[in-house]
Amino acid sequence: MSIDGELVVFIICGGLSVVGALGMVLSRKAVHSALFIAMVMINLAILYVANSAPFLGMVQIIVYTGAVMMLFLFVLMVVGVDSSDSLIETIRGQRLFGILFGVALAILLIGGIGSSVNGRQDIGLNAANDEFGGNVEGIANLIFSDFLFAFQTTAALLITAGLGAVILTHREAWKPKATQKELSVARFMVGAGHPGNKPNSGVYARHNAVNTPAILPDGSLSLESVPAPVRSRDDSLLIDHRVVSTVVELVEGEDQN
Amino acid sequence: MDPMYYIYLATLLFSIGAIGVLVRRNAIIVFMSVELMLNAANLVFVAFSRMNGNLDGQSVAFFVMVVAAAEVVVGLAIIVQVFRTRQSASIDEPNLLKY
Repeated sequence: MSIDGELVVFIICGGLSVVGALGMVLSRKAVHSALFIAMVMINLAILYVANSAPFLGMVQIIVYTGAVMMLFLFVLMVVGVDSSDSLIETIRGQRLFGILFGVALAILLIGGIGSSVNGRQDIGLNAANDEFGGNVEGIANLIFSDFLFAFQTTAALLITAGLGAVILTHREAWKPKATQKELSVARFMVGAGHPGNKPNSGVYARHNAVNTPAILPDGSLSLESVPAPVRSRDDSLLIDHRVVSTVVELVEGEDQN
Repeated sequence: MDPMYYIYLATLLFSIGAIGVLVRRNAIIVFMSVELMLNAANLVFVAFSRMNGNLDGQSVAFFVMVVAAAEVVVGLAIIVQVFRTRQSASIDEPNLLKY
C-alpha cells in the first residue's frame, strides 16, 4: 500500500485541529482558548488547501487568524484577561447534559451523513479549477455571475456591521465637559490640595537621584518631593539612609554656622 | 484518500464547538466555540465541493466567512457593552428577561 501524501497531511492537521478544539473548550483561561482556536484555524486552512481550495485557505488565514482572532484578543484585553469561568453551575447538571448532547450530536451526524453520503465517487476539482485557468478565477467567475446579488448584499452587511459596532460601543457623555475656568476654580478650592506643581527632588553635589528629598527653606526635608511609589517602600520616611543622613548633616552644619 | 474523512473531522469539530457553547460560561469562549462550528461547516462545504467537482461549495464557504466576520464584529461589540454595564463577561449575568 503506497503512502498517500494527503492522508499524512490529514492525519497531522486533523489531529492538531481536534487537539486545538478540545484545548479551546477545556482551557480555563480565555487567552489560552483564543490561541488554541487560532491553531485550529491555521490547521483548517491547510486542510482547505489540501482540498484544492487554495483561495479559501489563504482567506481563512487572513480573515480568521489575522482579523477575527486579533479582534478576539483585543476584546479579551478590554474585558480582562483573567476573566475565567465560574465553576458554579447555574442549572444543575447542565455540564453533564451538555457533554452528553455533544457526543450524541457527533454520533448522529457521523452516522446520518456517513450513511447517506458515503460511497459517492470523488470527482475532484481539477476539471472545475482548470475551466477558467485556476481556483481563484473559477471562484471569481461564480461570485461575479451567479452569486453577484449575494456578493453585493455582503457589502451592505459589512458596512452595517461596522456601523453597528461603532454605535454599540459608543458611550454617551453624561455630563458636559468641564471648561478651563471650572477646572481652575476646582484646583484652588479649599481641600483640593496643593494647587501647583510638587517640589522637585533634591539636587546636591553628590546626589540628584529621585529618591533624594529636597530641603525646604526652613531646613526640613520635603517628603512631597519624593515620588509616592518610592516613598511607599519599606523605609517610607528615610528613603536612603546614607543620603538622608548626609542631608541632615548638611542642614545641621548650616545651623551651627 | 476518501474525502469522507474530512466530513467526519468536521462533524467532530462541530460537536466539540457545540459542547463548548453548552458548557462554558464565559461569553467570549462561547463565541469562539460558535466560530469553531462555523469553521467546521466551512470544511464540510469545501469537502463536498471537492467530492462533487463543483466550485459552488467553495463560493458558499467564502460567503460564510464574510458573514462570520460581520457577526464577530457585532457580537464582540455586544459583549463589550454588556461588560461595561455589568462588569462581567459571564453569560449568566444578563438576566433582565428572566421571569
